[in-house]
Amino acid sequence: MSTPQPLSYRQLFWQVMHRDLKVAVHNKGDILNPLIFLVIVITLFPLGIGPETNLLTRIAPGIIWVAALLSALLSLERLFKNDHSDGSLEQMLLSPQPLFIMVLAKISAHWLLTGLPIILIAPLLALMLHMEPLAYPALMITLALGTPVLSLIGAIGVALTVGLKKGGVLLSLLILPLYIPILIFATAAIEAAALNMPYSGHIAIISALLVLALTLSPFAVSAALRVSTN
Amino acid sequence: MNSLLRAYQLTCIREDRVLFDELSFTVNAGDLIQIEGANGAGKTSLLRLLAGLSLPYEGEVRYREQAITKCRENYYQNLTFIGHLAGVKGELTTVENLSFSLALQQDRIDNIDNAIERVSLTGFEDSYASHLSAGQNRRIALARLWQSTSKIWILDEPFTAIDKSGVAQLEQLFLDHVARGGAIIFTSHQELQIANHSVQRINLEDQI
Amino acid sequence: MWKWLHPYAKAERSYQLASTLQPWFAISSIVLLVVGAVWGLAFAPAELYQKEYYRIIYIHVPAATLSMSVYMAMATAVLISMVWQLKLADAAAAAMAPIGATLTAIALITGAIWGAPSWGTSWVWDARLTSYLILVFLYLGVIALHNAFEDKALASRAAGILTLVGVVNIPIIKYSVEWWNTLHQTATISKLSAPSMSSEMLWPLLTNILAFALMIGALTLVRFKNEVLARNAMRPWVRELAAKVGDK
Repeated sequence: MSTPQPLSYRQLFWQVMHRDLKVAVHNKGDILNPLIFLVIVITLFPLGIGPETNLLTRIAPGIIWVAALLSALLSLERLFKNDHSDGSLEQMLLSPQPLFIMVLAKISAHWLLTGLPIILIAPLLALMLHMEPLAYPALMITLALGTPVLSLIGAIGVALTVGLKKGGVLLSLLILPLYIPILIFATAAIEAAALNMPYSGHIAIISALLVLALTLSPFAVSAALRVSTN
Repeated sequence: MNSLLRAYQLTCIREDRVLFDELSFTVNAGDLIQIEGANGAGKTSLLRLLAGLSLPYEGEVRYREQAITKCRENYYQNLTFIGHLAGVKGELTTVENLSFSLALQQDRIDNIDNAIERVSLTGFEDSYASHLSAGQNRRIALARLWQSTSKIWILDEPFTAIDKSGVAQLEQLFLDHVARGGAIIFTSHQELQIANHSVQRINLEDQI
Repeated sequence: MWKWLHPYAKAERSYQLASTLQPWFAISSIVLLVVGAVWGLAFAPAELYQKEYYRIIYIHVPAATLSMSVYMAMATAVLISMVWQLKLADAAAAAMAPIGATLTAIALITGAIWGAPSWGTSWVWDARLTSYLILVFLYLGVIALHNAFEDKALASRAAGILTLVGVVNIPIIKYSVEWWNTLHQTATISKLSAPSMSSEMLWPLLTNILAFALMIGALTLVRFKNEVLARNAMRPWVRELAAKVGDK
């Protein structure tokens, strides 16, 4: 009887991510619905405050980012829910493989499915809100660096509430305050870009937040999952 | 000889009810242990404590005389746990489900067909688990046992949802595993047919 | 550290210790509160520009300074519980959360009341106000998580993780809000024009801060005792205690 070689970190990461992507292909609504939600929320703002172009141009960065936060929150709920209810989360916790790699893989898969589409659709949203054309690159860069942070921080909240029956509203209460720094720096970067001012400093700070979230969040999520499956 | 697994003065409280108090027992290589008790006596809770999925109110579980919270990786290398939930994804096929859980558990991934045959799922290899019955889903989870390289098996109701010949096959596997120096802790509502091996029994209702 | 702490890892010992300490904290805080209030409200001189209504600082400042400290104390308790597996520290953390939230709320409300006459508006998106508002949110999250779990030990572990995540985030949030504020500063706020307080005002303020700290200690002890009882309801010593109280 031969004992198989343990998986390398990279193999484990790919296996878990591959599996999550495969599962997601079967639940297309999980990917599409948050995106539709995002577009609808964006539509509501001009309807609520009037179609005046100047006003929309000024508040476009804020609106897009707030809507992105909310849609991230909406999609995050599913991150561990199914795995928890069908028992595969238990199996991951009982694996001799390092949990934080698996967690990181799941979060990455989740970001590919929900964060990336937001970035792709963002120019369209910016167009609808008459955003300053100069600011488009900044919008894309902040979303590219910022949405992974949303997934990473959000995952902590999801992991803490996944075992609860009514976790949804609680999740937003736990997570939204933690999203504030990223919201501030991202919108500030876009506003600076719209005024044709340098915004590399903001981007540097957002990158730093990303690195911090990337290193700390998987451990917090792992610890939280062990509590939630109790 | 050191014990494989030791429950040391475990106390479990659920919703202000003491399920068991200062429960201690030892699991050695070659042990086949059945946990008994009425519904709600805490069988599942005990198995989850032993697997380290939940923490006891008091006491600890030790793997080779070391608290399992301190040697998680070593312990899980040698533990296969199949609980109430099958851990099978409906969106994946039988083979995909099985190979993923084997990879996760670092079990043998060769000769998967044999394991699938043992749980009589031949012909369903590429069916999505969501298209299969609950019993078949459970058997996908059980198929892991034929590939398992871990010493300790903790199984919650492994015999439900399998037919008579399946039960006989699983019992045979139990005996083989124990003979190889493994240990099995399980719960079951059914009477086992295993005669030639003494099954140790722990009754939770005697513990209070 | 561990050797010194170990006897108090026993729930009963800690309960008794808390019971012994509680009256000392309670009495000294009541005395100091009365002294501080009378001194501050009646004897301290009126402020040059704000006349009498500046006196709200005797509540506002103690609440504001201590609300952050309570969060840090809570995080320390969580850390102790995680590092030394000391379950009692969880009870302490759980005891502190609502106290901290209330203090932060008091700081915000008294700030608004104070702001109305001195700034001409009850609420401004000032950096300090905004970060205190966010601190309230963090507290509420911890409390909500505590309440969401039925099992107290689980609730504490979950809320503990959130508390530590919050601690990492507090400086980031504080920095980002300050920075956001300087970026968006439009309405000029006339902050307190006197940078250094006269000692006649300072001493009653310090008295009040000390009084608040002792009061927080007393309240924490009461809530800590409750938490310990709730978490050990199955123990013989708790049952004996309950029987004793029942007999009276």
